[in-house]
Amino acid sequence: MEPEVKDLDIASLVTKVMDELGSTRDAVIPILSEINRALGYIPAAALPEIRRHIQAQQKQEGVFVADSHLYSAASFYQMFSLEPLGRHVIRFCESAPCHVEGGREVFDTLQRELGLQPGETSADRKWSLLTTSCIGVCSVGPVFLVDDDLYGNVTPERVPEILAKYQ
Amino acid sequence: MKIIRSMVLVSADDESLARGAQDVFHAFLEEIDEFGLSDQITVTTIRDAGMHGEKPTVIVYPDAAVYGPVTVEDVHTIVEEHLHKGNIVPGLLAMMREMAPEIGWMRGRRGALPVQKRIVLERAGVVNPASIEDYILYDGYQALGKALTKMTPAEVIAEVEKSGLQGRGGAGFPTGRKWSFVAATPGSPKYVICNADESEPGTFKDRLIIEGDPFSIIEAMTIAGYAINAHEGFIYIRGEYPLAYKRIEHAIAEAEKHGMLGEHIFGTDFSFHIHPHAGAGAYICGEETALIESLEGKRGMPRARPPYPTTYGLYGKPTVVNNVETLASMPAIIRNGAMWYREVGSPKSTGTKVYTILGNVNFTGVIEAPMGITLREVIDIYGKGMKNDKALKLVQTGGSSGTIVPASLQDTPLDFDAFRNAGVSLGSGALLVCDEDTCVVDLAKVILRFFRNECCGKCTPCRIGTLRLYEIISQISEGRGSLDDFDLMQKISEAMSEVSNCGLGQTAATALRDILKYFRAEVEAHIVDHVCPTGVCPIKELAAVA
Repeated sequence: MEPEVKDLDIASLVTKVMDELGSTRDAVIPILSEINRALGYIPAAALPEIRRHIQAQQKQEGVFVADSHLYSAASFYQMFSLEPLGRHVIRFCESAPCHVEGGREVFDTLQRELGLQPGETSADRKWSLLTTSCIGVCSVGPVFLVDDDLYGNVTPERVPEILAKYQ
Repeated sequence: MKIIRSMVLVSADDESLARGAQDVFHAFLEEIDEFGLSDQITVTTIRDAGMHGEKPTVIVYPDAAVYGPVTVEDVHTIVEEHLHKGNIVPGLLAMMREMAPEIGWMRGRRGALPVQKRIVLERAGVVNPASIEDYILYDGYQALGKALTKMTPAEVIAEVEKSGLQGRGGAGFPTGRKWSFVAATPGSPKYVICNADESEPGTFKDRLIIEGDPFSIIEAMTIAGYAINAHEGFIYIRGEYPLAYKRIEHAIAEAEKHGMLGEHIFGTDFSFHIHPHAGAGAYICGEETALIESLEGKRGMPRARPPYPTTYGLYGKPTVVNNVETLASMPAIIRNGAMWYREVGSPKSTGTKVYTILGNVNFTGVIEAPMGITLREVIDIYGKGMKNDKALKLVQTGGSSGTIVPASLQDTPLDFDAFRNAGVSLGSGALLVCDEDTCVVDLAKVILRFFRNECCGKCTPCRIGTLRLYEIISQISEGRGSLDDFDLMQKISEAMSEVSNCGLGQTAATALRDILKYFRAEVEAHIVDHVCPTGVCPIKELAAVA
């Protein structure tokens, strides 16, 4: 297991992010995005921290924000993860255009090469295999992302070579 | 791979055949060969084109000239004058009054070439998207200058209404009317939102517009702000588009620096500010009320409507929500006038549309063409034909929430009106071309899996309907379906389209409904014979069931 991020670190990260983005309710999604980017996931301990900041800021306005409000936002969006993921995250586009252009064979190969089912993280925590809805680069389908790197026009033959690039 | 320049369609219904359509077809092949044009021109037969008394009918693309009745003797003239020299032969044109409704639109398009016509993408790929100087050099900010100094807000709205511009996000609501609603609604402040949460599978036009020409969106939003008396605007860009976000952020800063955005724009009393906002991955946030909820920092769940955002939008205030492509059309309309814009496209669907062409064609990518081109043109001319010379089976138009169009309907024009009449949606403009190797059950399964994943869960018909339809179609794809499933799927889809809260649930079963309508036999083969005719589905050997 990767060491969990310490609560103290989470508190200071939340403070830093919210100083920059503001402590208002409508900044919640940018704030969560920033935390997710920094840590690779949104730890449960971050939510009460965010709530405290918003309440401190808006006490006089009587704005009520509960942890559950923040959890409902954090659990809704696909780009957020509430669990730590592997060192490298593969997001495979499973929408119709990539599928029609040969995505099924590519995804079968990915699952076989990694020995993972969609949604799983490998035991050595190197890989997480996720599926995603259309990411808007359909003219070069099938596509998948490894972390922030986009691979298009992928064929089953190219899969091992792409995976080998990552340590 | 051949580059097709022109297409000749010969009507081949019973009546046309009785009047010599077959000979006309062969005469075209021979004459075209004679002129050495076989590499550039295809000849195809089509079904009934209407036109009683004018048969056989011959339609020549891309000019959309309709000849009839055509005899073998006429063929030489048509080939020499029209296909060889490029002049339409007026003496042989058909009377247009009796055309089938699907192609009646062509009257409005006579003589207008559907070559790529760029209004929305006029600068994309031409200018440096980071340079406001480049933008200004290519007519940028003329429209805003004209609106702020020479027009009243009411005149701006009237001009947009007159242009006939309809929203390009999918629903096709008249943009001018939406603006006038917000302008007339009491309450302040008012807001302008640009919906750049483009998540419809197969659609990436908005990304290309923003990445290629971000200033046009900033200018258009400022014009919208002036028209409805708003002083703040938001651009909601989907989280998967980091480059588009950066370009918009940069464009906002540049525009502010040059006095085109911020306080006292162009030295007038009008002030306007724009805030970019990145989404975090949710298809449903393309729905305008879900987008507003998300902007407010909540789960992106659609609100009940009415009230519509025009009266109760962001923070409960009157709000205009426009799609990227709609806004990108705006500067050219204000600059050149509504009548200029109306000259492009078909009478009831004005202007151009940006399409994304995908799937089993030789060219995939984006095109901008006048409203009213047909799928056949898209596939053969822009798509450069089917990949590996396979046969066309179907096209899904308008993304995953769009309709399935079988090959036999490929002469339906792509515009809001004719598309509605023929039961085909234009939607976001995504055109997914599928060849003969596509299994309709497998396709339906992929589409329904998407909606099962993307359903926000707020209302029951959608939450349960998307899941049940996915389960049923999965069973059919494994050879475990039953004939009763047809009725069940029909009932569920109807309930979803009638009582779902938002567009997602209302359209999630569109593709399935069309597949059951046009490809019922293929679905039945999975159920009754346990065979997937294209060999795609993982049908398992059934244990002997008594």
